[in-house]
Amino acid sequence: MSAKQKMTGLNGAEASAFATRQVDPDVVAAYPITPQTIIVERYSEYVADGLVSSEFVAVESEHSAMSACVGASAAGARAFTATAANGLALMWEILYIAAGLRLPIIMAVANRSLGGPINIHNDHSDAMGARDTGWIQIFCENSQEVYDTSVEAWRIAEHPDIQIPVMINFDGFTISHTMENVYILEDADVKKFVGKRNYMMTEGHKGEGEYRLNPDCPMTIGPLDLQDFYFEHKVQQMVAMNESINVIKKIDKEFEKITGRKYEYVYPYKMEDAEVAIIGMGSMMGTIREVVDELRAEGVKAGMIKLRLFRPFPTEQILKAINNVSVLGVIEKAYSIGGPGAPLYMEVKTALYDAKEKPLIADYITGLGGKDTSPMMIRDIFAKLLKVKEKGTVTDIVSYIGVSE
Amino acid sequence: MSEKKRGWKTLPRGAVPYKSSKDYKTGDWGVAKPVIDHTKCTKCTLCHFFCPEGAINVKADGYTEVNEEYCKGCGVCANECPVKCIKMEMKK
Repeated sequence: MSAKQKMTGLNGAEASAFATRQVDPDVVAAYPITPQTIIVERYSEYVADGLVSSEFVAVESEHSAMSACVGASAAGARAFTATAANGLALMWEILYIAAGLRLPIIMAVANRSLGGPINIHNDHSDAMGARDTGWIQIFCENSQEVYDTSVEAWRIAEHPDIQIPVMINFDGFTISHTMENVYILEDADVKKFVGKRNYMMTEGHKGEGEYRLNPDCPMTIGPLDLQDFYFEHKVQQMVAMNESINVIKKIDKEFEKITGRKYEYVYPYKMEDAEVAIIGMGSMMGTIREVVDELRAEGVKAGMIKLRLFRPFPTEQILKAINNVSVLGVIEKAYSIGGPGAPLYMEVKTALYDAKEKPLIADYITGLGGKDTSPMMIRDIFAKLLKVKEKGTVTDIVSYIGVSE
Repeated sequence: MSEKKRGWKTLPRGAVPYKSSKDYKTGDWGVAKPVIDHTKCTKCTLCHFFCPEGAINVKADGYTEVNEEYCKGCGVCANECPVKCIKMEMKK
């Protein structure tokens, strides 16, 4: 049954804060950092105005923010935080602990380039640095996706079979500070959708019990785990992460029922007969869609694949979306200095390795440090892809688009 | 511990030990063990209080005894004993 919705104006950061207010988690521990600051500001206003019952912990650093979330979540509370760039980097060791302890924390990341040199603008270098931490990573294209994901994320993270923290990524400034029309649900419908926190059942030294710190069923969470159990616990995480792909699908379907908005992991656009295509994530996918339309009008069979889910990596869905395209360009606002390409390129290429028929593939790094990714640059990439198609070989494996020479 | 440890399929989910810390006998970690000479001991019980593992108990007669199932052989007791009645002996 579809729920009542209202259109309002929100930027991405406000959409995150607004949805989180509706969820009203027990604990919000965060430290402000550009361009995420709006989330923390709005949320502290909600707390000051008595609109939420959350305990707001004004911590002294991001390391403490994530640590406070770990403690709160282990105690059985719903915990939320938000950060960006160097703040995320400062959380690094606790990101592994949150995921390794199977704590369903939700974190919004307004993606910003990682210093130094210091830069406050958007790219994905912060999130890519956290790709192996064991967090589910979702990338949003606009404020609506931020809002929707900020509601859905709790259900994903807290699913009894999953119990993995979720990182909601959206481009700093480009999304976080850009006001857009956003359809919002009513508070009661959000609360109903999200429900109460689920605990997974586990077995402590006193027997079966909910996985949380509870004096009635005491258990020790996260003690020394040497050669006998560490590897085993990591495999459990990997299995749960792989299973989460099906859970995300179910929750997307449930969410679609009340909002009418259909979510996928991978969005092919005009891929049915595309000869050249670009795959990527985040706000620039909107620009690429426009360029694909323009090129189509000019008779070029261009296509696009938007990736919403990066962890778990939806290999099967990507292979399906790639279809029969002969040349694929990976566009990304990230890098791996000294690597064979940037992160998304490496993963897409790995996913393609076992495919019988696979496209030629090239990497296009763009927009580092918030440099604009313009329609002209996208056209330039498509022109390069057409040249690859003509030559039948990739000469430039990695290209930098928009950099001054 | 000689019994078979659980693998990832049967290990309880989440980072919880399914056994109490008492079930992890750490006595076999040590290379040396304390031996108390009761002829010199004054029953001051300082070794009991200083033992970082809580592995030295006070008996009803006032003397202390080492629980070798948990003693890791650190030697703190021997170091702290005011009358030097505790000797660390190499395990064979």
